Amino acid sequence: MSDFWAGLVQVGILLAALALVYRPFGDYLARVYTSERHWRAERALYRLFRVNPASEQRWSTYAASVLAFSFVSIVVLYLLQRLQPVLPWNFGRSAIEPGMAFNTAISFVTNTNWQSYSGEVAMGHFVQLAGLTVQNFLSAAVGMAVAVVLVRGFVRRGTDRLGNFWVDLTRGTVRVLLPISAVVAVVLVALGVVQSLRSGVTVSNPDGSRSTIALAPAASQEAIKELGTNGGGIFNANSAHPFENPNSWTNLLEIFLLLVIPVSMTRAFGTMVTNRKQGYTLLSVMGVLWGAMLAVAWWAETHPNGPAALLAGASMEGKEQRFGIGQSVLFATSTTGTSTGAVNSMHDSYSGLGGGVPLLNMLLGEVTPGGVGAGLYGILVLAIIAMFLAGLMVGRTPEYLGKKLGRREVTCAAVSMLAMPTVVLLGTGAALLMPGELDAALNNTGPHGLSEVLYAYASAGNNNGSAFAGLTVTSDWFQSSLGVAMLLGRFVPIIAVLCLAGSLAAQRKVPETSGTLPTTSPLFGSLLAGTVVLVAALTFIPALALGPIAEALA
Amino acid sequence: MLKSLFHQSRAALRVLLVFTVLLGVVYPLGVWAVSRLPGLEHRAEGSLIERNGTAVGSSLIGIDPVFDGPPTRDPWFHTRPSASAEGPLDPGDPSASGGSNKSAFDDRQVELVRQRRQLVAERENVPPSAVPADAVTASASGVDPGISEAYAELQTARVARNTGLSGQRVRDLVAEHTSTHGIGVPSVNVLELNLAVRSTLVP
Repeated sequence: MSDFWAGLVQVGILLAALALVYRPFGDYLARVYTSERHWRAERALYRLFRVNPASEQRWSTYAASVLAFSFVSIVVLYLLQRLQPVLPWNFGRSAIEPGMAFNTAISFVTNTNWQSYSGEVAMGHFVQLAGLTVQNFLSAAVGMAVAVVLVRGFVRRGTDRLGNFWVDLTRGTVRVLLPISAVVAVVLVALGVVQSLRSGVTVSNPDGSRSTIALAPAASQEAIKELGTNGGGIFNANSAHPFENPNSWTNLLEIFLLLVIPVSMTRAFGTMVTNRKQGYTLLSVMGVLWGAMLAVAWWAETHPNGPAALLAGASMEGKEQRFGIGQSVLFATSTTGTSTGAVNSMHDSYSGLGGGVPLLNMLLGEVTPGGVGAGLYGILVLAIIAMFLAGLMVGRTPEYLGKKLGRREVTCAAVSMLAMPTVVLLGTGAALLMPGELDAALNNTGPHGLSEVLYAYASAGNNNGSAFAGLTVTSDWFQSSLGVAMLLGRFVPIIAVLCLAGSLAAQRKVPETSGTLPTTSPLFGSLLAGTVVLVAALTFIPALALGPIAEALA
Repeated sequence: MLKSLFHQSRAALRVLLVFTVLLGVVYPLGVWAVSRLPGLEHRAEGSLIERNGTAVGSSLIGIDPVFDGPPTRDPWFHTRPSASAEGPLDPGDPSASGGSNKSAFDDRQVELVRQRRQLVAERENVPPSAVPADAVTASASGVDPGISEAYAELQTARVARNTGLSGQRVRDLVAEHTSTHGIGVPSVNVLELNLAVRSTLVP
């Protein structure tokens, strides 16, 4: 099969598989977060946690739980890395130095999984498993919990109670992430992904030389890395490494995994608000944007641009032969559209336009279809902004799903929406002004060098974690500024969204009238897609013009 | 607020500890235990290929063989370039994976592609324009096990000449070790191919 057809077949199977699980899995997700019954295993966990699962929290208490849990997680993950030499299974690898440990701890707790270290060189198995794998699960469960709280805000009336964070966290982990990961991890092993407790194996090559091939418990981390839209590879080359992603079937499975929860969350949303068309509308906006991004990236990468690619004859630098161009751009579009950040090809070596797509995909705010949970609350925030804009046009107080969008609601939505661009643009600008930083950090010069820096802050601010990986980010400046960018990009929107949920839940339902704009119509879908694109365009076109656009036109 | 955060942090620590045991120990070791099943263990440990009891490589990892003599006498099929290599066509380091992350506008990258094209053309005794893209570009992992059918075909004449096998025999071996896994891009497994060529020579 040619590269093009192989890619197209993979897109076809992917969409069919997603369509097949969309309804049952989406409805299951809704049941997970609405069911009154606790599993026996969950009750045992609650006893160990010493929390009362029946006690529901106000938005502020819920936020305090999220923040406390994330803070404790960061501290523990930091300590695990610093104490690596005294922990088991370290293979003589030394303590992670403070800047890198700070950055990595934040990175995994914020579901970013930005990696300034080289997996198989820096981290021993104990830190990988007890530290990084654990946060792969929990950071994903936190994102889903926050999304569910926002949906409860629309569903509930006249109450200040929004659910219990510990229950939502536990259910997301025990009922969704853990069982699927366990099954998928075994399937991945059957398809060739390694799950070894050794650090490596020495082989006698046919030419008489000897080499050491790195090994790791990859399959158990690979499954949750994709399912939880995390993206932190156990090997440096991430999903391009043949031990993480050995063939087209694992590639397909991994792309499916990273899309399945964000996509199905729209169904869970529709089910919870008892109007499934609401979910379809959001999904169609996400899907159209994802498809458009895929088409542009695919076209760009099959039309080499730049002297080295023209001389080589095809854009194969930083791509694997078994994936070719089609399956590489499919992965790149999906991983940056979902805040996953795993890569099966090196985005830094993409053409100007081809690399601009993953970058823009993040700058849209991670809603195509976004991270687990984060994608749903991201697009709901943008839906509120879209309704607010529509309300301004006709001079009417906007409503969404039967709730009035007053000053407080729109303020929360605006804060949530503006956090990311602020972090990305200020971070990039500051990095460019730091004396001496860029000379040491850049792997490429000219517009592509600017793209590397912009990509880094876009990835951190959006909790994506993919990189134009040529950029050297081990200086104290980059470690700390990207760490702060990840923190703000994660928790400012989360607090704003929880606050928004609180004020929505307190309201009574507004009856629908002839003046209500139906939010299941194509008109609303277009308005929402327009808002997503317009917000990103207005904010980022100047920066994009100097980076990827300049390169694409060169 | 602070009191609430403190109270929540204590609960958070308990939750994190319990989940660390469940997700960081029980889950990965459980998957590891299942991966010890016959049929799975070989893959879980890296799909190693053994000859006479010693591991000679992994069928998933491409390590470029080195020939010390003149390039035109080289009997090996070669993998794609690796970003971790020192020279343009040197073998990479399979214990540290990664790509070059070079843009197509980078001057050193242009020079590197030009050098590789020249070296491969000289080795295969063909005009530089006949060298396919995957032969002159570094893979994403640095340990790409596969090459394109075009690059394998380009190397066939040299391998046949230097091993004494007929061109058709070598071509058959290439076809035997080309796979798409049903839905993928054709990829020729270099290690398996080199081993097959050798075992044809030494019965």
